[in-house]
Amino acid sequence: MNKKDTFLRRWLRGEVEFSALLAEPVYPTPEEAVPYEPKENKHVAIRTLRRSRTGYRAAVTVLCIVFALFMLLVIGNLPQYGAADAPTVNEVPQRYVEQGMEETGAVNSVAGMILDYRAFDTLGESFVLFTATCAVTLLMCAAPGKKKEEHVFEAEVVRYDNDPIVRTVCKLVIPIILMFGIYVVLNGHISPGGGFSGGAIMASALIIYAIVWGEDKASRTIPKKAISLITLCALAFYACSKTYSFFTGANHIHSIISPGTPGRIFSAGLILPLNVAVGFVVCCTMYSFYMYFRRGEL
Amino acid sequence: MSFVQNFPFFTIILCLLCAVSTFVAGDKWGRRLSVALLCVSVALNASVLWFCASNDMSYSYMMGHYPAPWGNEIMAGVMEPLMATLFSVVMLCSVLGGMGHIMADVQDHRKVYWINVDMTLVSLLALCYTNDIFTGYVFIEICTIGSCVLLSAKQNGRTLIASARYMIFALIGSGLFLIGVVLTYSVTGHLLFPQLHEAVAAVWADGRYTFSMTAAIGLMTAGIAIKSGLFPFHFWMPDTYGQATPASSGILSGVVSKGYIFLLIKIIYRAVGIEVFTESGIQAVLLVFGIGGMIVGSISAIRTKRLTTMVAYSSAAQIGYIYMGLGMGTDAALLAAILHIFAHSLTKPMLFLAGADLADASGGENEFHALRGAGHRDVMAGVLFTAGSLSMVGIPLFIGFIPKLHFASAAFALDWQQWPVLLGLAISTVLNVGYFLYTSMVLWLPEKEGVGYRGEKRCPCHYVPAVVLLIIAMAIGIYSAPLTRLIEQGLALFVKY
Amino acid sequence: MNGMFQNLLHNYEECVSVILFCIGFCMLLFDRNLLKKVLGLDIMDTGVFLLLADRGYIAGRMANIITDGITDASYYINPIPAGLVLTGIVVSVSVSAVMLSLTVRIYREYHTLDMDALYLMMSEKRKGGRV
Repeated sequence: MNKKDTFLRRWLRGEVEFSALLAEPVYPTPEEAVPYEPKENKHVAIRTLRRSRTGYRAAVTVLCIVFALFMLLVIGNLPQYGAADAPTVNEVPQRYVEQGMEETGAVNSVAGMILDYRAFDTLGESFVLFTATCAVTLLMCAAPGKKKEEHVFEAEVVRYDNDPIVRTVCKLVIPIILMFGIYVVLNGHISPGGGFSGGAIMASALIIYAIVWGEDKASRTIPKKAISLITLCALAFYACSKTYSFFTGANHIHSIISPGTPGRIFSAGLILPLNVAVGFVVCCTMYSFYMYFRRGEL
Repeated sequence: MSFVQNFPFFTIILCLLCAVSTFVAGDKWGRRLSVALLCVSVALNASVLWFCASNDMSYSYMMGHYPAPWGNEIMAGVMEPLMATLFSVVMLCSVLGGMGHIMADVQDHRKVYWINVDMTLVSLLALCYTNDIFTGYVFIEICTIGSCVLLSAKQNGRTLIASARYMIFALIGSGLFLIGVVLTYSVTGHLLFPQLHEAVAAVWADGRYTFSMTAAIGLMTAGIAIKSGLFPFHFWMPDTYGQATPASSGILSGVVSKGYIFLLIKIIYRAVGIEVFTESGIQAVLLVFGIGGMIVGSISAIRTKRLTTMVAYSSAAQIGYIYMGLGMGTDAALLAAILHIFAHSLTKPMLFLAGADLADASGGENEFHALRGAGHRDVMAGVLFTAGSLSMVGIPLFIGFIPKLHFASAAFALDWQQWPVLLGLAISTVLNVGYFLYTSMVLWLPEKEGVGYRGEKRCPCHYVPAVVLLIIAMAIGIYSAPLTRLIEQGLALFVKY
Repeated sequence: MNGMFQNLLHNYEECVSVILFCIGFCMLLFDRNLLKKVLGLDIMDTGVFLLLADRGYIAGRMANIITDGITDASYYINPIPAGLVLTGIVVSVSVSAVMLSLTVRIYREYHTLDMDALYLMMSEKRKGGRV
């Protein structure tokens, strides 16, 4: 290279390897580039990595101990457990309890609170379940039109459908569980319970059915479309009815929904239908979680 | 009550209904619905902004029939619709600009992707408008799950590991946030911001529960800091942003982390109160970590060899700027931090979109050696990337310059913080120049002999969303007075009860 | 300081919940197995819910079902934490489902749940490039 070839000129011609960052690493040619296979010395490498993590572990130990002590100090500074004069006992729970029954019609103050006073939180919460269902669908469910991935379970799957004891007991118990779940949902506003707990109980009955008679039979008995349809209708109903009540509330329009006579089944305005909707959503979500994990589809 | 005042609530409900109907409608209609929804959200939030700004008012909107300490409510002043509009615009541009990549990367269950775009939008809107700390928690979790889906939609091994890591950090963050909320509730007895404000001031004056109140504020701040990737917790960022499809990276780094930060700003200024926050000493910690993040993020960005990783690490540095602004604690610094949120939200998605196009023009690689001369192969993407880099460095005429100017001028009003802030700004800017201008130079180097790949010819409309972002960024960079005035007006309303 | 210690003994249930939270936190940070990390998350959340439920308890009062027409607030415990716990539990269930499905997918892809090994594979793949 002659002397007039200044750095700038060489750079402009593109002959300068600007820094080590631009150095091209040596790649295997596409033919020899095989998909990843665990190396033989993988365990050695992992052991080295772990040894290098000794410092990390020491730091984390210290962090955890300090954090635990700190949290205990915080607990020591909190109001006393079970005290009647704690800052949390103020006008807010007082109204929920004292006027909750006439304002919302719910005998169960917690139901009245989550489905009427603080309904926006609960709306968000139902949609958390919906989002999670979508996420699990994306991750676990084989795409339509593609072959389902074969699931290899290392443990042997025990089949119960030929076991007379299990089958008979389940035939007896499943309707009772379902009935109990429906009872808990429908009585959510007058007794302990509500959509979330009742829905989980109903889902447990469906899951027992799927465990005992096999996922394939369950999937034939409870069609896939029905589950999505029920979930979506329940969510849409929930969103629409809450739209009505939020809109009328914020614009100070009189709402046609009346709390009714507290203590009756058909009372408490929107709380009963909302409990039913939530119950359906929770039941279908839990059941579809089970089916996705077990079978890869509904 | 004017009809416009219903709009924040309408956008939230509309998002929920769109998400549900996308599940029925399938991929094609889901895409159209999401895009339409984002447009509608821009329009509605902009009209709320116009309404509030022209009447100079903020109002609370009851979600139900019960007033503040009993029922949920949302709050809209100037700040809230401004942020909501910004988030909708940025999401719209990233989704439209990354559409081609979404089609290529997301093969199965594309409708789930669209549902989660809707759900992420609704959670961001709710984080902007919420006036209730627990509603904030619920929507933070929706945002976490939604962004996890946006991340893992590509469904190869590395995105799965990246999203698992992201989820672990995000869930530690929400666990800390929740325990902070519980502690706050148990010493104050309130969950809504206006009542919390009074109760926290009373607790602070009383002095009995000062320690647990400080711990509660600290835990909430730490939770949000982990979720948005402040300095010691920024290690999940490069994998996360580097692996996902560019639209998701743009949404996650440009918008989602800003949504969390905006909630933190609301908690600091509207619930806790800035005086209490300063006295609790957490502000100083934020300042230190913010400056640390600015420097460490930039150094990590210099050391990396991949374009997307570099852009992701620079996010860590930019998040550091915002936290530094919160740590300085003056009104001028808050203004600068919010301007920086604007600068980063508008620029980062542009960088991710342009970076993905450049990688496409270089045979799908995003190591620097492969990107050499990529600007010649895809001129438009190269120009966009260079413009974005200039903005991130803080060259005048671009939006990135404005917040840095405000940070510097705000620093002179401080006492002991003055020198660390100025020094941090200077070092970080120099480091920014180091990696962004280096990258831009690599893009425009002459191509090496024998490099075969050519960029496919793209329709010019492919670049429109990124160009729109660039135009907004440059417009604000050239004439920032209206935005600054709007934010000042918003901040004045923000802390007023 | 003495008062604080007395209070700590009195708030023993909260202490348990905080210790649960810390156990979960340690598991999350220490354990390399992804599945155990998910369990750690669940334990952590459970600790928070226990703390929240304790905060609503008032000694000697009844659960929030209005009985015998007594609507005096001094007969019942605080309903707010109960509602918040309910919301929190649902959120926690959803999040665990998402995490577990991620775990299953990662296991199918890499046949290991060891986070260290997974990072190692990721970085090897990166060095190998073009994957």
